[in-house]
Amino acid sequence: MEIDPFIFRLSIFILAIFVGYYVVWSVTPSLHTPLMSVTNAISSVIIVGAIVAALAGDNSKIFDTANIFGFLAIILAAVNIFGGFLVTHRMLAMYKKKKKSK
Amino acid sequence: MSANLLAIFYLISGVLFILALRGLSSPETSRQGNFFGILGMAIAIGVTILSIGNFSTGFIFLLIFLLIGGSIGAFIAFKIPMTAMPELVAGFHSLVGLAAVFVAISAFLNPEVFNLGFPGKIKIASLIEMSLGAAIGAITFTGSVIAFLKLRGLMSGSPITFFGQHFINLALGLLLVGLIIYLCNTQNEYLFWSLITISFLVGILLIIPIGGADMPVVISMLNSYSGWAAAGIGFTLENSALIITGALVGSSGAILSYIMCKGMNRSFFNVILGGWGANEDSSKSVSKEQKPVKNGNADDAAFLMKNASSVIIVPGYGMAVAQAQHALREMVDSLKKNGVKVSYAIHPVAGRMPGHMNVLLAEANVPYDEVFELEDINNDFANCDVAYVIGANDVTNPVAKTDPQSPIYGMPILDVEKSKSVLFVKRSLSPGYAGIDNDLFYRENTLMLFADAKKMTEEITKSL
Repeated sequence: MEIDPFIFRLSIFILAIFVGYYVVWSVTPSLHTPLMSVTNAISSVIIVGAIVAALAGDNSKIFDTANIFGFLAIILAAVNIFGGFLVTHRMLAMYKKKKKSK
Repeated sequence: MSANLLAIFYLISGVLFILALRGLSSPETSRQGNFFGILGMAIAIGVTILSIGNFSTGFIFLLIFLLIGGSIGAFIAFKIPMTAMPELVAGFHSLVGLAAVFVAISAFLNPEVFNLGFPGKIKIASLIEMSLGAAIGAITFTGSVIAFLKLRGLMSGSPITFFGQHFINLALGLLLVGLIIYLCNTQNEYLFWSLITISFLVGILLIIPIGGADMPVVISMLNSYSGWAAAGIGFTLENSALIITGALVGSSGAILSYIMCKGMNRSFFNVILGGWGANEDSSKSVSKEQKPVKNGNADDAAFLMKNASSVIIVPGYGMAVAQAQHALREMVDSLKKNGVKVSYAIHPVAGRMPGHMNVLLAEANVPYDEVFELEDINNDFANCDVAYVIGANDVTNPVAKTDPQSPIYGMPILDVEKSKSVLFVKRSLSPGYAGIDNDLFYRENTLMLFADAKKMTEEITKSL
C-alpha cells in the first residue's frame, strides 16, 4: 500500500507548526516588531508559485490571463521580499548594547 | 533539474527560514538570522527559475517585474520612519494576501502547469487547497488594507459596528464553506470568482469593528492569516518551502495575538467581536466632577528627577505620536550625567504593534539592556523615586487591580503608583482608549505635566 504524497506534506506542515511554536516563544519580546517584518518577508516565498505561473507555456502565452496574474503576484511579492528584509535589517542594526564606558 | 533535487533545495530554504526566526531570540544573533532568511529566499527563487529553464522573453519580463517590485520595496524600506512601522507591516501583509490570491487564480485558470489536472477537471484536493489559500489570502488583503487605513489615520480608528454584524459575518462564513463544497462538485469558474469576492468582503467586515488600540491583536492576527494563506498555496503547489514558511508564519502570528490578548486580559473573541469604545460603560460617566489635580511645569519635573536616585520611564503610544523618542533619550542622557539610574518599562500592548516601543527606543540609541518587559521591572517601581509616564495611560491605571466593575479589570498593569512620585506627561485629562478615568491623575504623589510629550521632554532637558 502506498502512502499518498499529501500525507507527507501534511506531516511537514504539522511538524513545522510545532517548530514555529517553540521558535517563536523563544523570540525576545523586544524583537517582536522585527519578527513581524521578517515573517512578512519570508511568507513572500509564495513568489515561487508566481514565477511558475508567469513563465508557464511558450513565449506566445506570456500575456495569457493566468500568466499576467503570475507577473502581478511577482511584483507584489518582490515589494515584500526586498522591503521586508531591508526594513528588518534597518531595525536590527539599531539594537545596541550599553557601551562599557558609561 | 530533477524534481527531487528541487524539493531538497526547497527544504533547505525552509530550514534557513526557521534559522531566521531562531536568530531573533537575542539581538546579537538577530542580524545573522536575517541573513539566513535572505539566503533562503535567494535559493528558493534561484532554483525555481533554473528548474523552468526558460531563459527567453518571459525570463526578461520576470527580471523586469522583480526589479520594479524590488525597487519599490527597497525605497519604502529606507524611507519609512520607525514610528510608521505598524502601518508598514499591515501594508506588507496585504501584499502577501493579494499575491496568494493571484497565484491561486493563476493555478485555477492554468492547472496543467502545476500538475493539478486540467481546467474544469482539477483534482478535488488541489481545488480545496487553492480555494482555502485564495479565501484566506483575500481576507488578509482587505483586512490588512482596513488596518492600514486605520493606523495611517486615513480612516477613523474608532470601531464601526452595526446591527446584526456578527450574524452577517457568520452567514458569510458559512456561505464561503458552501461555495467551496459546490465548487468542488461543479468546477464552475464563477463560483471561484464569487468565493474570492465574498472573502474580500469578509476581510473588511472583520476588521472595521475593531478599535485603534486593539490594533496589536489585529496586526498579529493578519500576520497569522497571511501564513495560513501561504501554506494553503504551498499544498496546492506541492512546495515544501512554502508549506514550512506558511506554518512558521501562521503560528508566529497566532502566538503574538495570544501574547497581546493576555496583555489586555481579554479573550481573542472579545477583541475580534468589537472594541471597547463601542460599549457604553457605567464607568464612563461616573467621574464628571472636578477633582483636584496637581499641575506642574518643566522646572518642577527637572528638579524632582535630578534629585532622584532612580527613574523609570514608561513610554506609550503618545510617545510615538509626538515622535518624542529622541528628545526622551537626550533627557535621559542628562539625567545620567547627574548620576541618576534610569530604566525603561514596556507594557506588552504599549503602542500599536508588538514590540513597537522597543523599536522606537532602539532608533533613539537607547541600549536594549536598559529596556525591560513588564514582569522584569514591575517590582522595581516600589524602590524607584520617579516614574516618568510619557504617552501611556490605561496600562498604568490602578483601577485594573481594584475595581471589578472596570472594563480593564484584571489587565496586567505597570505598578507606577508604587513609586515615590509620578510624572504624567499628557496633553489633557481626557481618558485613554478604554474610556475610563485614570485614578492616578488625582493622587497626592502625582504631578501632571500638561503639554506635548516632545516639547515637555525638551524643556525638562533644558532645565536639568
